[in-house]
Amino acid sequence: MSLDTFAGLWNYWAVIVLMMIGLYIMISRGNLVKKMMGMNIFQVSVIMLYVSMGKVKGGTPPILIEGVTDTVFSNPLPHVLMLTAIVVGVATTAVGLALTVRIKEAYGTVEEDEIVDLERDAQ
Amino acid sequence: MSEHLPALQVVIPLLAAPLCLLIRNHAVVRAMSIAVTFVGLGISLSLLAQVQEVGTVVYEFGNWMRPLGVQYAVDITNAFVLVILSLIAAVVLPIGPGHSQVEKGREYLFYAAFLLCLTGLLGVTITGDVFNAFVFLEIASLSTYILIALGRDRRALMAAFSYLVVGTIGASFLLIGIGLLYQMTGTLNIADLAVRLEAVKETRTVVVAFSFVMVGISIKLALLPLHQWLPNSYTYAPPVVSAFLSGTSTKVAYYLMLRFVFTILGAAFVFETLHLNLILTPLSIAAMFIGSTAAIYQTDFKRLLAYSSIAQIGYMTLGLSFNTELGVTAGIVHLFNHALMKSGLFLVAGCIVARLGSSAIADMRGLGKRMPLTAAALVVGGLGLIGVPGTAGFVSKWVLISAALEQEYFDVTILILLSSLLALVYVWRLIEVMYLSEPPEGAEKNEAPLLFLVPAWILVAASIYFGISTDSTLGVASAAARQLLGGGG
Repeated sequence: MSLDTFAGLWNYWAVIVLMMIGLYIMISRGNLVKKMMGMNIFQVSVIMLYVSMGKVKGGTPPILIEGVTDTVFSNPLPHVLMLTAIVVGVATTAVGLALTVRIKEAYGTVEEDEIVDLERDAQ
Repeated sequence: MSEHLPALQVVIPLLAAPLCLLIRNHAVVRAMSIAVTFVGLGISLSLLAQVQEVGTVVYEFGNWMRPLGVQYAVDITNAFVLVILSLIAAVVLPIGPGHSQVEKGREYLFYAAFLLCLTGLLGVTITGDVFNAFVFLEIASLSTYILIALGRDRRALMAAFSYLVVGTIGASFLLIGIGLLYQMTGTLNIADLAVRLEAVKETRTVVVAFSFVMVGISIKLALLPLHQWLPNSYTYAPPVVSAFLSGTSTKVAYYLMLRFVFTILGAAFVFETLHLNLILTPLSIAAMFIGSTAAIYQTDFKRLLAYSSIAQIGYMTLGLSFNTELGVTAGIVHLFNHALMKSGLFLVAGCIVARLGSSAIADMRGLGKRMPLTAAALVVGGLGLIGVPGTAGFVSKWVLISAALEQEYFDVTILILLSSLLALVYVWRLIEVMYLSEPPEGAEKNEAPLLFLVPAWILVAASIYFGISTDSTLGVASAAARQLLGGGG
C-alpha cells in the first residue's frame, strides 16, 4: 500500500482507531461507568464512518438555492441515518446508566470484580 | 382496511405502549395489552393467509415509492415468523409481570416495555429496509434489557448490563455492515440491495460488510462462541420474560440471518464463494454438543433450559448451513416448534417459581406428587426437546436428519442423533427428581396457579398438536424455504 492510499483513507483509520479504543475499554475496564464510556466511543466511531461516507469531494451542504443548478451536493442520507443512530445511542446510554445506578443500590459498588466477589461470598 | 395490515401489525403495539404510560390503571392497561396482542395475532394470521394466496405483499409508507420511502415487504417467511411472534406474545402477556420486581401500582411500566419489545421484534421481521431493521432491533433490545432487569434476584441487573454491552456491540456491527453495503450500492431496500449487489459482490467491501453483519446477528442469535449473555439473562429474568424472549428474540435474529444469506447476498455467493458452511456447520454442531452437555450439569432448571436453547439454536443454524431446500425447511420449522416448546417450558419454570420460590432442581423433589399438572407439562415439553415421535421436536429433527441424509452427510446425521441422547440425559435428570424422589417432609400437594398453568399447557399442547398434524407448519416452512432459495422474495 503506497503512502498516498494510506493517507487517502485517513477517515477509515480514524474510525478504526476510535473503534478499537472503545472496544478495548469495554473489554478491559471493570468499572461499569467506564464501560459505558467505551461503548459511547465505539458508537461514535460508527457514526463517523457513516458521516465520512456521505462526503462528496467539493460538495456543499444539500440545500437548494434558486437559480443555481450546477452545484455538487454531499449525500445527506447517511447524515439523516446517523441522527437516528445518535438517538439510539443516547437511549442505550441512558438505560445502561440507569442499570448502573440500580447495581450501585443493590451491591454498593460499580466495580465488576467486586460484584463477582460479593456473589461468590453469597453462595 | 386489509391493505393496511402490514403497517397496523407494528403500529398498534407501538401506539399502545405510550398509552399504557398515560392510563396507568393496572386493570385497564392489562385488558388493553391483551386486546392488542390478540388483534396482532389476528393480523399476522390474516397476513399469512393473504401472502399464501397472492404472494409477496408490499406496503409503501405514505405512498413513497422505493428507494425514497421505507417499505414493508411480507412474504411467506416473515409472515410465518410474525405468526409465531404474535402467538407467543398473546399467550404470555396475559400473565402479567408475574414473579418480578415490579411494585404494586407500577405494573403499567411492565406492559409498556413488553409492548415496545414486541413492536421491535415485529418491526425487524416485517420491514423491507435494512436500516429500519436496525432501528427496530434496537427498540426490541432496549426494552429487553429493561425486562430482564426486572428479575427478583439482584444478579438480574448484572445480567441485563452485560447483555446491554454485548448486544450494543452486536447491533453496532450490524450497523457497520449495513453502512458498507449502502456505500457499495446506494440503497437500503432489501429487494434493491439484492439486485445491485450482483455487480459488486466480489469486492472486499462486500465481503467485510457480510462478515460484520453475520457477527452482529450471531451475537443476537447467541450462536455458540457468542452465547455468553444468554444463560444469565434467561436465568435471572422474570419467568414470563424468559418465556417470551426464548420464543421470540433469538428467532428474529435467525430470521435476519436467513434474509441476509439467502435474499440479500444469495446462497450461491455465500456458500460457493465465501464457504460460510465451513464455519457455520462446525459451530452449529459444537453448539449442539456444548449446549446440551452444559445443560446436563446445571443445578437450576431455568439455566438448564437456557443452555438447551443454545443447543437448539445449533440445530436451526445447522439446517441453514446445508443450503438445501430441506435444510432450510428444517431450520424454519424448528424455529416455530422450538419457540412453542421452550416458551412452554419457561412457563412451567414460572409455575414452579410461583409455588416453590426458586427454580433450583434440588427443590423440585417429588414434584410429580406435589404439582402433578406442572410436572406433566414439563415431561411433555421435555420429550419435545429430545425429539420423541409425536412431539413437534420430532418433526423438526426428522426433517433435519432427512436433509443431512439427502446430502449424504452420514457423520452429521450420527452427530444429530448423539446430541439428542444428551438431551435425553438432561430431561431424564428432571424426571428422576420429580417422580422418583420423595417430596421433602411436610410438603403438601399445591398445584401451580392457573394464571401460569393454563398458558404453559396451551403452548405444550400446541407443541403436541403440531407434532401430530404437521401439514400446516411443514407446508408453510417448505414454501418459505423454496421462496428463499428460489432467489429473492
